[in-house]
Amino acid sequence: MTAPVTLRGLNHWFGPFHALQDIELSIEAGEYVTLLGPSGCGKTTLLSVLGGFIEPTEGRVEIGGRDMTRVAPAKRPTTTMFQDYALFPHMTLRDNVGFGLRMAGMGRGERHRRAESFLDLVGLADAAGKRPHELSGGQRQRVALARALAVEPDVLLLDEPLGALDLKLRRAMQDELKAIQRKVGTTFVHVTHDQEEAMAIADRIVVMNAGRIEDHGPPARIYREPATLFAADFMGEMNHIPARGTGTATETPFGLLARAVQGRAVACIRPEALGTTEAALCIGAAIVRDAAFFGTHVRAHLVPEKAPDLTLTAHLPPASLPAPGESLTLWADPDAFRVYALED
Amino acid sequence: MRALPWAYLIAAFVFIYLPVGALVLFSFQAGGLPVPPFEGPSLRWYAEITGDRDLMEALGNSLLVALGSSFVAVVLGFLAAYGLARHVLPGSALIRGLLIAPLTVSYLIVGLGLLIVLTRTGVGLSLVTAGIGHVVINLPLAFAIIYASMGAQQQNAERAARDLGAGEAQVIWLVTVPMLAPAIAAAFFLSVTLSWDEFIIAFLLTRFDVTLPVEIWSLLRSGLSPRLNAIGSLVFLVSVTVVLILEILIFRRKS
Repeated sequence: MTAPVTLRGLNHWFGPFHALQDIELSIEAGEYVTLLGPSGCGKTTLLSVLGGFIEPTEGRVEIGGRDMTRVAPAKRPTTTMFQDYALFPHMTLRDNVGFGLRMAGMGRGERHRRAESFLDLVGLADAAGKRPHELSGGQRQRVALARALAVEPDVLLLDEPLGALDLKLRRAMQDELKAIQRKVGTTFVHVTHDQEEAMAIADRIVVMNAGRIEDHGPPARIYREPATLFAADFMGEMNHIPARGTGTATETPFGLLARAVQGRAVACIRPEALGTTEAALCIGAAIVRDAAFFGTHVRAHLVPEKAPDLTLTAHLPPASLPAPGESLTLWADPDAFRVYALED
Repeated sequence: MRALPWAYLIAAFVFIYLPVGALVLFSFQAGGLPVPPFEGPSLRWYAEITGDRDLMEALGNSLLVALGSSFVAVVLGFLAAYGLARHVLPGSALIRGLLIAPLTVSYLIVGLGLLIVLTRTGVGLSLVTAGIGHVVINLPLAFAIIYASMGAQQQNAERAARDLGAGEAQVIWLVTVPMLAPAIAAAFFLSVTLSWDEFIIAFLLTRFDVTLPVEIWSLLRSGLSPRLNAIGSLVFLVSVTVVLILEILIFRRKS
């Protein structure tokens, strides 16, 4: 089952702390959305509001078109997969997964059959009689997923579900989560602080900072054309180039960019958008300060002659490793720059 | 030098167990006095006490009071601990303090206080009133043990259970109680042993039906007899059994 979610004018205060500020967000039925941001940005608070664990100070939560703002967690068509999994240690996996069905009054036989089919979905069909302490971290995580899905919620809320796993397992589980979401079709809302995880998994990323939504959209759009400087920095490494808006264009040390801003500004470009092959904008000669081989690319720090105060980071082709002190001519596509006006 | 620690260890255990050992040994005395020289062994006195209707009745009463009062103390202690651990209440530190404070009050004071209240209100003394006294002394202990073992782990599991549609009673019965089972059982068995051995409160608050320690005390007034040793050994056996159950079921499983 699946349902759309609409958040309107959400505000929440913890005492004097404004944890959520004017949150407006629509999530489509069956969409996989990640809430991405640094710790303390309000993403977990927002998830708790969706799950019914926190009642927002102001605003409305609609799930499947019905107002759920003041409905208790048990009565909502949502389930949460908690960060520490919160499995019941005294129950078998079958009973853990069947718990929600038992609460719904389903008989034992049918319940066990359903629980086993959900354990099968997460690849733990033959462990139904085990208890949680016999499992590895990754397996517990799957049980938590099966338990949350077994009640067939309209919306599944995932609170940093992969946070406790090591990097390799985390990457493997990302793919699995996404595959399972495709199979069951439930709306997934997934909280994380890892932008790679967010990009790997989400249909849409919602970038949050200091209780606000900074940007939301498909991963590629957010990465390439972030709406704010915060979103630009949080999604990956950025070169910051001081610039000045003339009202009709933007002046940078490397030439004019066709972006209409006024006053102090910063022009941003990703390291991989800087290259040594000829393009429309010439950055000019730059001295290599250091360079390191990363397998898929060479990461180099360079000091451009036109702006000797700056250090640019570039990801260059891995075929050759430039030596420190070497001079390279850098080029870029002017469309790859993003320009943000700075408030004075 | 190695001998000294061993000597100390042996001396300490002799000090602790010699009285109990002597009591048990002379319960098998064939003669009429529980003093050396030892004659026997004989089960004569055990036969006599198991045939004594008053004694066996007192033993049954003791079991009833111990199990009943411990059950009530553990239920009340659990509910108090759950409430205080899960909800923010005004003055909860004070409430916790007041719940644990009776541990510091002597049994004599508790017993006298209850006796005054009960006689004033016209409630007759019985096994029930002795049980109430034992709930008063065991509740703080049960509360302290259960409260100490409530942590974030159960709290998260409770949250998950609520999220999956469990009502408050189902959360407590299906999640919290099973997760806290070791602490709850420890509190229960400890309460049982304390109530089983308790004399002062039981003495003050019973009248016609009495518990075993009170019955033993009345027998003591007619002088020493291996009968008393035999009863004492039985009482000791029950206490040891309960403590062993506690050890095997609860503390062993934890490690």
